Amino acid sequence: MYKPNMLFHGMVQGLERPFKHLIDISLGDAHRGGLQPITFVRQVISACLYPSLLDSGRLPIDVKSRARNLLKQCEGESVGSYTATCGLPKIQHSLSEFISRRDRGVPSSPENIFITSGSQQALMLVLRLFVHGKGSLQTGIMTPVPSSPLFNMALSSLGGAMVPYHLCEEEGWTLRLDEMRRALATARRHCNPMGLYVINPGNPVGQVQSQKSIEDVIRFAAEEKLFLLADEVYQDSVHDPTAEFVSYKRVLHEMGPPYSNTVELASFNSASKGFMGECGLRGGYVEFVNLDSAVMGHVYTLFSTEACTAVMGQIALDIMANPPRSGDASYTAFFEEVQNRRNTLNNNAKRVQETLNSLDGMSCQPIRGGIYAFPQLHLPARAVAKEAGVAPDLLYCMLLLEEMGLCVGPGSEHLQRKDTHHLRYITHLPDEPIVQPRANSY
Amino acid sequence: ACKCGRSFTSPRLLPPTRISPRTRSDVDEGLQPDAPPGAMLARRTVGLVSRGGPPLTPRSPPGRSVQRMMAEKVLTVDTMNSCVKKVEYAVRGPIVLRAVQIEKELKEGVQKPFSEVIKANIGDAHAMGQQPITFFRQVLAMCSYPELLDDDRFPEDAKGRARRILQGCGGQSIGAYSASQGIECVRQDVARYVERRDGGVPSDPDNIYLTTGASDGIVTMLKLLVAGEGRSRTGVMISIPQYPLYSAALAELGAVQVNYFLNEERCWSLDVSELRRALADARRHCNPRALCIINPGNPTGQVQSRQCIEDVIRFAAKERLFLMADEVYQDNVYAEGCEFHSFKKVLFEMGPEFSSTVELASFHSTSKCYMGECGFRGGYMEVVNMDPEVKAQLTKLVSVRLCPPVPGQALMDLVVNPPQPGEPSYSTFIRERKATLSSLAERARLTEQILNTVPGIACNPVQGAMYSFPRVTLPARAIREAEERGQAPDMFYCMKLLEETGICLVPGSGFGQRDGTFHFRMTILPPTDKLKILLSKVKDFHQRFIQQYS
Repeated sequence: MYKPNMLFHGMVQGLERPFKHLIDISLGDAHRGGLQPITFVRQVISACLYPSLLDSGRLPIDVKSRARNLLKQCEGESVGSYTATCGLPKIQHSLSEFISRRDRGVPSSPENIFITSGSQQALMLVLRLFVHGKGSLQTGIMTPVPSSPLFNMALSSLGGAMVPYHLCEEEGWTLRLDEMRRALATARRHCNPMGLYVINPGNPVGQVQSQKSIEDVIRFAAEEKLFLLADEVYQDSVHDPTAEFVSYKRVLHEMGPPYSNTVELASFNSASKGFMGECGLRGGYVEFVNLDSAVMGHVYTLFSTEACTAVMGQIALDIMANPPRSGDASYTAFFEEVQNRRNTLNNNAKRVQETLNSLDGMSCQPIRGGIYAFPQLHLPARAVAKEAGVAPDLLYCMLLLEEMGLCVGPGSEHLQRKDTHHLRYITHLPDEPIVQPRANSY
Repeated sequence: ACKCGRSFTSPRLLPPTRISPRTRSDVDEGLQPDAPPGAMLARRTVGLVSRGGPPLTPRSPPGRSVQRMMAEKVLTVDTMNSCVKKVEYAVRGPIVLRAVQIEKELKEGVQKPFSEVIKANIGDAHAMGQQPITFFRQVLAMCSYPELLDDDRFPEDAKGRARRILQGCGGQSIGAYSASQGIECVRQDVARYVERRDGGVPSDPDNIYLTTGASDGIVTMLKLLVAGEGRSRTGVMISIPQYPLYSAALAELGAVQVNYFLNEERCWSLDVSELRRALADARRHCNPRALCIINPGNPTGQVQSRQCIEDVIRFAAKERLFLMADEVYQDNVYAEGCEFHSFKKVLFEMGPEFSSTVELASFHSTSKCYMGECGFRGGYMEVVNMDPEVKAQLTKLVSVRLCPPVPGQALMDLVVNPPQPGEPSYSTFIRERKATLSSLAERARLTEQILNTVPGIACNPVQGAMYSFPRVTLPARAIREAEERGQAPDMFYCMKLLEETGICLVPGSGFGQRDGTFHFRMTILPPTDKLKILLSKVKDFHQRFIQQYS
């Protein structure tokens, strides 16, 4: 999958190149890209790991009290103990309050929240519930194109059928009901579509759905009897000041009965993205809405075989859900770090978009949210001739890597409309100036 | 194996949902306090009305036929993946859920014949008071918050390790994704550890996969192995008794579980004749391709002899079975005359006829041994003689879950590369490690000794691992009563023990046992004083139980 990355690593072995070092802007990994972790998060984690630090003057008072509280929740007061299957109850509780606050008061129950090893484990857990059958009974899940290669891999590794629905690039990568109906009708001839996977804010396309769009999708899911899987891991990354993240759960709730008490929904979030960027800690969760209670019992049993999520990841989630507040010792520094990060990302997104749009042969839809730019490459006919038997955008990426030392992702990894070509750039980097000139001149 | 019947999945045994003040009315409506999670929300949302917010685009409500359609859920027990329904996992199953419920009741002030619940069901050492290894936690603290690298409280060797690990991380942060197979320098260190452990048998870092606990690796390998349909469906041989992750994974994958019985009369040893019997039987209805063995054993605690391991390897070679060696308890060996022999080492010492052909996957973890760091989800597996094309598929498969938690990878690095003689942290490390392991050995011995004083309880020597798995003789009346309730007799026994003493054990039926025999699994992990109290309570309970039901 991450082939450019493999090339990247292969190239580091002291070859003569017209550039000094490689810049990898293809992966959705903030820390790898140079963004620093949030101090408060790491202070709390270090104190939980080595409680002797609680007696030192080294750590702010709120870090210590948070760490002490967390340790009290752990069996034997150690982060080395297993936790309950779905996570430490206190953290489930923090998450439920976070969700409720975010959704303007829509109730959220801790028992419907499963803390998982990243949102990816949660997605797989839910897919395992659904996916079975062969031939025309094979479970199908509607997935957006351009898509998340990880989701597609997960689905196919479980033996599920992908039911692709194309996002509309010209309209800024919107979800169109006519396209979704077309996709579904076609799919019903050869599989059993049971679920609808949406990514909002989008990956890699960066659209942020309007409330109306979400309502339409919910209505569609209700009418067509589809279980909604709402991947909302980029909810904290909205760059466009005119756009607003609204959760599927909130919209569902506001639509009232019968939708609000029947449409089955699983919402996914994670500490890997947003201002935390703690991909390596593997902290994520899924919240279930309107899940059949007997099925819920099976979900719990299934998940229990995996013991529990790593405690460091759970702690990261706790801080994401329940950050320092005004008046807390760490608040000012925390707020500043988060704001800096948000400003950097917003500015980056803007500059990347402007720059890419200024290049001949590239057009980029507005990057409203998420962490990628997904510009379209308008390639000369020669380049499209596929001499090497390689997809044109992959060829472009390989050449860009070899000649400029810049590593970006090919659109073909995400699937795209036939005969269109795209690239994936991460907008996360703190050091844009280096990247821009290279991209420009190429 | 004796299955436990419907009571396992009965909603009655799931924990009560947390009732927030808003939903007190649901309780008043008579909703069972121990309803499964999700039930509350399902009930609660019936009464929801649209709560304001921006006005919605006016739209007519869905027609009646759509409303009726919407009333049937997409995901029900009938439409879900039926294999998932067959999954059971006793270690965190109904008895544990009841124990958690009892804990809540105690907190709420409900009167009970005991003041605390003792969770002797799960192999979690820290939960029972075992202390972490200082060096490990120092390094990990510095990895998380590198500013601590200039703190004088930390020894130089710990700082050096932290720096080295951070160098191996993207952006020098444990918050970056690692390669799916795991951080390269950690895999290299694991390979070196394996070589040292196995007396120089070479280990290639490329054959090492870091995993999220050993369970992740085990399930991944089973996914690769399971194929075919009907009579050619993959069969996987597993010991009875076994650790129920195996049975759960096989159930979900729809593989055929091929049971081979360990010999209780001979300290849970493995007889190749029993392997042959099981295999011959299995070949009539499936395609057995793999043989799983847990050594030291869980729940049984036996440490297989070197001869036994050779016999198993010979058997696997002859019958062309893929060997899966679960060795997570490799440092937990207590009994005199017992020694851990890794499957890989024995394989290579048997010479090229075997070492170049037998396919093997070995599993290890940071959760057990002397570390007990379950909450880190650290582990690795090493594959030997795997077909290169299959290995490419394995590498692809592990990338689906992105990467194992980086703190767990860092911890594994320290486990395989601990302080060396001469280094500042060495003496403390050795002292802590020794203290933990000898304390476990003492508790293993104590458990066996005390349980064997109880008429009707027979406990094999706990040679290794973390559990006792004694056999209990149950009176016929008790068995009948259990069966009337639709419960496995040992579940009935353990539930009663829980309600009367607050001690949570796992019934043997959760692990598998010979028909007509009953066991329970109890950890040796509670601190010695508590363990003695526990054992005497078990003794008293057993005697009462026998009297009550004779």
